[in-house]
Amino acid sequence: MDRYFNSPVSWGHVGIFALEAIAALAVVIVFVTYAIYFERKVIGWMQFRIGPNRTGPLGLLQTVADVAKLLLKEDTIPARADKALFILAPALAFVPSFLVLAIIPYGLHLPFADLNVGFLYYIALSGVTTIAIVVAGWASNNKYALLGGMRSAAQMISYEVPLVMSIVGVTMMTGSLNLREVVLHQTGYFWHWNFIPQILGFAVFVVAAVSELNRTPFDLPEAESELVAGYHVEYSGFRFAFFMLSEYIYMYAIACLATILFLGGWNPPFPQLDFIPGLIWFALKFAVIVFFLFWIRATLPRLRVDQLMGMAWKVLLPLAILNIFLTALGIEWWG
Amino acid sequence: MSGEDRREESAKLNETKGEERRETEEEAPTEGSAGTSAEGAGTTPTDAPAEGDNREDVPSAEADSGAAGAGADPNGRKPEGEEQASAPKQVQAAAEPKTGPVDAKQAAEGEPAAPPAKAAEEAAAPAASSAGGEAPVRRQETDEEKAARRKAALEAREAAKAAAAQGAARPEAAGGAAAAGRNPAAAAGRAAPAAADAPPPPPSPNQPRLDRAAQLLRELVNEDAVEEASINEPNDHLPTLVIKRDRWQACAGLFRSHPELNIDYLRNVAGVDHETHMEVIYHLLSLDSGHNYAVKVRTDRESPSVPSVTPIWPTANWNEREIYDLLGIDFPGHPDLRRIMMPDDWVGHPLRKDYAPLDPEV
Amino acid sequence: MIRTEELLLNVGPQHPSTHGVFRIIVKLDGEIITEATPVMGYLHRGTEKLAENLNFTQIIPYTDRMDYVSAMTNNYVLVHAVEKLMGLEIPERAEFLRLIVMELQRVASHMVWWGTYLLDIGALSPFLYAFNDRERILQLFNELCGARLTYNYMRVGGVKWDAPDGWIDKVKEFVRSMHGKLEEYDNLASGNEILLSRIKGVGAYDAETAIAYGLSGANLRSTGVKWDLRKNEPYSLYDRFEFDVPVGTNGDCYDRYLLRLEEMRQSLRILEQALEQFPEGGETMGKVPRVIRPPAGEIYVRIESPRGEIGCYIVSKGKAEPYRLKFRRPSFVNLQILPKLLVGESMTNLVTILGGIDIVLGEVDC
Repeated sequence: MDRYFNSPVSWGHVGIFALEAIAALAVVIVFVTYAIYFERKVIGWMQFRIGPNRTGPLGLLQTVADVAKLLLKEDTIPARADKALFILAPALAFVPSFLVLAIIPYGLHLPFADLNVGFLYYIALSGVTTIAIVVAGWASNNKYALLGGMRSAAQMISYEVPLVMSIVGVTMMTGSLNLREVVLHQTGYFWHWNFIPQILGFAVFVVAAVSELNRTPFDLPEAESELVAGYHVEYSGFRFAFFMLSEYIYMYAIACLATILFLGGWNPPFPQLDFIPGLIWFALKFAVIVFFLFWIRATLPRLRVDQLMGMAWKVLLPLAILNIFLTALGIEWWG
Repeated sequence: MSGEDRREESAKLNETKGEERRETEEEAPTEGSAGTSAEGAGTTPTDAPAEGDNREDVPSAEADSGAAGAGADPNGRKPEGEEQASAPKQVQAAAEPKTGPVDAKQAAEGEPAAPPAKAAEEAAAPAASSAGGEAPVRRQETDEEKAARRKAALEAREAAKAAAAQGAARPEAAGGAAAAGRNPAAAAGRAAPAAADAPPPPPSPNQPRLDRAAQLLRELVNEDAVEEASINEPNDHLPTLVIKRDRWQACAGLFRSHPELNIDYLRNVAGVDHETHMEVIYHLLSLDSGHNYAVKVRTDRESPSVPSVTPIWPTANWNEREIYDLLGIDFPGHPDLRRIMMPDDWVGHPLRKDYAPLDPEV
Repeated sequence: MIRTEELLLNVGPQHPSTHGVFRIIVKLDGEIITEATPVMGYLHRGTEKLAENLNFTQIIPYTDRMDYVSAMTNNYVLVHAVEKLMGLEIPERAEFLRLIVMELQRVASHMVWWGTYLLDIGALSPFLYAFNDRERILQLFNELCGARLTYNYMRVGGVKWDAPDGWIDKVKEFVRSMHGKLEEYDNLASGNEILLSRIKGVGAYDAETAIAYGLSGANLRSTGVKWDLRKNEPYSLYDRFEFDVPVGTNGDCYDRYLLRLEEMRQSLRILEQALEQFPEGGETMGKVPRVIRPPAGEIYVRIESPRGEIGCYIVSKGKAEPYRLKFRRPSFVNLQILPKLLVGESMTNLVTILGGIDIVLGEVDC
């Protein structure tokens, strides 16, 4: 793969890159399809239920059927909505979610875009989705949507700060923001992975990431019991599907990032196990993170807005800064 | 005037506001009968006898009320009440032979099917039987009418029997019923002598409490504050006081603040339409002593109003709104007296006995 | 200077957290409520008016539909009122059956509350845990009277159906296993930091306010007022059993939460004793006239429903139909304090406080 990046561009490159992109998209779409299925199944089991089991064998086609339904549904736009923005918002939410996938290295030889500013690129683009949510809330001309949009803006801006701060420690240890180099730095036994020296950073990262994803217990923008559905209350059909899709893609991206930044990426826990392909290790760790996200969704209640903000600024940010200090001290003392 | 017309009339009347409607309804039977017979009805002093007049003398008007039954006619009234109410007028009819023939003649004009002589006979007949408090079935009635009448008669008889039986067993209860009715209820009236025969029952354990409460109210509020005081025996000897409407606010304040009564908890507020009057019942409780009281406040039906106790017990707030909504009783002093159950633009007060829906289809 | 406007928000009548068709018009300053006006009546069916044209047996199914989460206690308050007015004797077996179903109902009702309350707060799973166990109670009721929600089980003078063979054993089995389940509920949610931070100190009022507003049930007891009609004004056979009346101290949502869990335990205690003493044989219907026609008079009875004091006021004029029937619905009365509690709270706390009061809209609107 590397040689394609380093050789001069030709039409053959275009074709290969296009194929790669399509393959990646296909992987992501399949992931989203079965992540939803898996989520429903897992939460179902946690709640003494069976989960989807009717459509297709074991209910495997449930999400496919759901998506088909969403795509075929009538496209409704509220009469008093701001039409242009209402239409723009789902696209605005969805495009950056796909763009962030470009930087994720699944294996040593499987990067798509090997950026030096890897993580910052992610943060920058995911911030655009916040705008999309605010736009959606505003354009719907619905009070619940507006409240949801406002909450979302406040929440995502607040939590991006500790999220970025939490990985400063990793960057300091690695000396690079390039995700590939972060993984390469973690080669060796599992105690070489970043999550042990950076345990504080890891904790802050996970909490802030869950909040960035607007998932339980931080799902205030779409808090069902208060705001009905929050910013997408007026959306239906494929526009709603776009919001849904971008949400799950971000989950995918965050799970990948956590794997890469803290869990050693494609590295096996013991070097002796490296006969198993790195992609499998990556997928396993990734699955653990995704499962964790589903698990807390089935377990925890929701925070209140003021508590949420207090948590970001009074708890997570100081912890992240403390983590930076400790990392600096550690590097100073033990190299 | 045909039944069709009368129904229309009623429908129109229902469009007017509650109090107005009540008034116009009193006129309604008069109008209905004016075409066919009794001008006497127009001159009768009170509402109830007028109705009795119609019932006994004018078959066509009665047919109307029977047919319009569920919809237009204020048929929520209990037949028992009608029977009782009709009694005095029947006597009157007998005493004044002049009205009888006049009615009969007019009835004959309005309705050729009824021969004058027969009509006159009928005018007299109820008077003869009025002592029984029961209207005999007569002449060319439709089956429905007959059935309705028979049922009414039966119920009246049963009610009388029940009241008499109960009166024998529980004098207080019977007395209470008679008092509650306040109308010259034939049934309760007959029960009273029966009760008098029974040996005096042992005094209720709550009698001293009732007396004390009544005494306090009389002393500290006003001599005329307590209209009646009784013990509701089947209801765990519940001391029941009837308070004069004008004194209720002061009495409620006393109930709340007097250390001996110390009623801090208002359990329930209920409104009852007794057809002759309206009543609001407050069930009071003192959480410290566990003492219960029931307080009744009576008000007339024309413009019912009872002072609000919301400033004293905030619980009363929505309860009074509900009573206002469903029974149309006004609560002066209430901070926010609006409809609570029915839509704001609803016409009429559904729990009134004479309520007729604006749109019978609903 | 920046001009800010208050936002007028209609919460309900279609809203996931109003537990039915209840509407609150809130004025929001940001997310802080400056004024709240409850609007109700969307489910008003005129039960009291309908009852005036029905005989007492016919009214029983209507009571099922008032507080449909706790239909058994509603059944009871009506038949109890009529029986008291008529001075009827109820066979012991019938009274035991009534008491058992009422206590089972209380447990079931509190389970619904527990599940939906946590769902309001954002926890998904407890809802299904609670409903899973409630399902077993519904099964028991189903075996007893053939209905799962609106039972129409009690009659003036007794109960409609005797317990089928082995039913009592099944209830015993349920009560045994339920103790463990309650432990599980506690472990699952009660100590959760997020839950505690959401409900501790929220929606607090003092005893004086609670009494002034006529609150009852857990809403009253959470302020420390020890008032439970099963103890203070015993009805049915409650004076035969030992149980405690748990009370709170702070009058906040957390106390109400703990109280309801504790009340479930106390109900199980009552159930254990009642099942132990359950009479072997006997009638399930007392001697009742063919047509139930209470003597002229009036009566107000009240019992402790899961939501508080449910009362029934009957004015009888000696007919088969009540002259006037009025229910004191605890949800309706308890709800009155809501506008007072909401001022100054956030939108999120609206859900917490409303849920904590525990209303059933069928009962509020009646």
